[in-house]
Amino acid sequence: MSALLSLRDVWVEYGDRIVLEKVDLDVEAGSFVSVVGPSGAGKSTFLRVVLGQEQATRGTITLDGVPLPPECGPDRGVVFQKYSVFPHLTVLGNVVFGLECTASPLLGRLCGAKRKAAEAEAAEMLAAVGLADSMHLYPAQMSGGMQQRLAIAQALIKRPRILLLDEPFGALDPGIRADMHALITKLWRQYDLTVIMVTHDIREAFTLGTRVLALDKRRHDPHAPHRFGATAVYDLPLTKPAPVEEEDEAA
Amino acid sequence: MRWVNRQIGRRQAIGLGAIPIVLLAIAYLVASAQRHALNPADKILPLPTGMASALWKMMQQPDALTGNLVFWADTLASLQRLGLGLGIATLMALLVGLVLGALPPVRAMFGPLVTGIAVIPPIALLPILFIALGLGETAKVALIVIGIAPVMVRDVAGHVGALPREQIVKAQTLGAGSWQILLRVALPQALPRLIVALKLALGPAWVFLISAEAIASDVGLGYRIFLVRRYLTMDVIIPYVAWIALLAILMDVALTKLSHKAFPWAHGVAR
Repeated sequence: MSALLSLRDVWVEYGDRIVLEKVDLDVEAGSFVSVVGPSGAGKSTFLRVVLGQEQATRGTITLDGVPLPPECGPDRGVVFQKYSVFPHLTVLGNVVFGLECTASPLLGRLCGAKRKAAEAEAAEMLAAVGLADSMHLYPAQMSGGMQQRLAIAQALIKRPRILLLDEPFGALDPGIRADMHALITKLWRQYDLTVIMVTHDIREAFTLGTRVLALDKRRHDPHAPHRFGATAVYDLPLTKPAPVEEEDEAA
Repeated sequence: MRWVNRQIGRRQAIGLGAIPIVLLAIAYLVASAQRHALNPADKILPLPTGMASALWKMMQQPDALTGNLVFWADTLASLQRLGLGLGIATLMALLVGLVLGALPPVRAMFGPLVTGIAVIPPIALLPILFIALGLGETAKVALIVIGIAPVMVRDVAGHVGALPREQIVKAQTLGAGSWQILLRVALPQALPRLIVALKLALGPAWVFLISAEAIASDVGLGYRIFLVRRYLTMDVIIPYVAWIALLAILMDVALTKLSHKAFPWAHGVAR
């Protein structure tokens, strides 16, 4: 099976501090990879490197066999823990934004029939994440859970090859978090997504993932702790959970 | 109950706010009445009736030289200079602040220059402006612009630069390039801050306007105050100062209203 995303011998160093060392990884299309690890083990750095927000010091990363350009692009969607949505746009505006950017490079806006079509597409995506009734609210008028739903819809409208989630549910309370788990599982199946999710919640990692990756340092030098970086110390493929139970939850 | 926890209702707030103003007015009236009791021709603390009739005269009587109604000509001239100065400074703040805040190469290149210009006391540049631009309108408008634009530019640039990195990254994952991020992400979020910067710049703008008018002008609110000072005509100066204060308050209120109307998302829309 050919890999969608491959990391080969990837190192990330800040000055003489090594954050990630020798990360070798293949992510297959359609998988849901959970990344766990202690604080400061480079989980977020790993995600930012895949996202293109940061560059690997050494090594190669390829998406569909093509080396990643050194900046973010529409082939990789992202949902952060916070600040993922634009506060000055309505819910609908936030989702239409992604369509407008590609369709109108000069003005970044659509009008007339094209706008109608884009709005219809966005409305459909918003209905899929359960925000059909909130399309004209501003993000500040919504709860944290609704804002994360919006951030997911916003990312999915671009049909990214990979969806990257950086502790997307970390700031939500447990009840809302369970709803969001059902939602992301549903969307993952519905849109055939490939997901990489960083989380500090081990249970979440195992519930959602088809594969769990634990990042940590293999070696530790007590005199110079910054000289060894983290890498994937455990790589656990999980058998896919029977979808019945969760489908019920989602429905 | 502790003072930090006391909630003041709207009516109560109006009442409380009026107390010091009313007290000041009474104190003035008492002092003025006392002086006039001793000397009916006193010029230093004019009575309200004296101020009203002096102002009425300024509003009604044409100037001997130009034939204009003095008060309105002064107001128009000053507002025109102020409006031009504020307009140019606002436009500069928006354009320069936006690119300075959003594009690191531009910030690296022009940031030090803007900082350098911002620390020069604008009044010290007034002689240069008069020499370079003459004594006409241009120098006065230029003083206002030079006085307030650098602070506004830095404020807007700082605000745009402090937009969460996540937003900029997210926009790129949605297919936006530098231009679209400037236009659709940075610009709309800079606008409410621009209005705040403009409101804060109103005070200094008036200072620079009146300084420029005091030094070289033949019409304008500042010019008139400094002209009639020679004759100790406080009955003109005080109403003029009150008029300037009223104009400044009106501008501030209008800007606040505009911001709430145009950018509801920036003012904590009700959940």
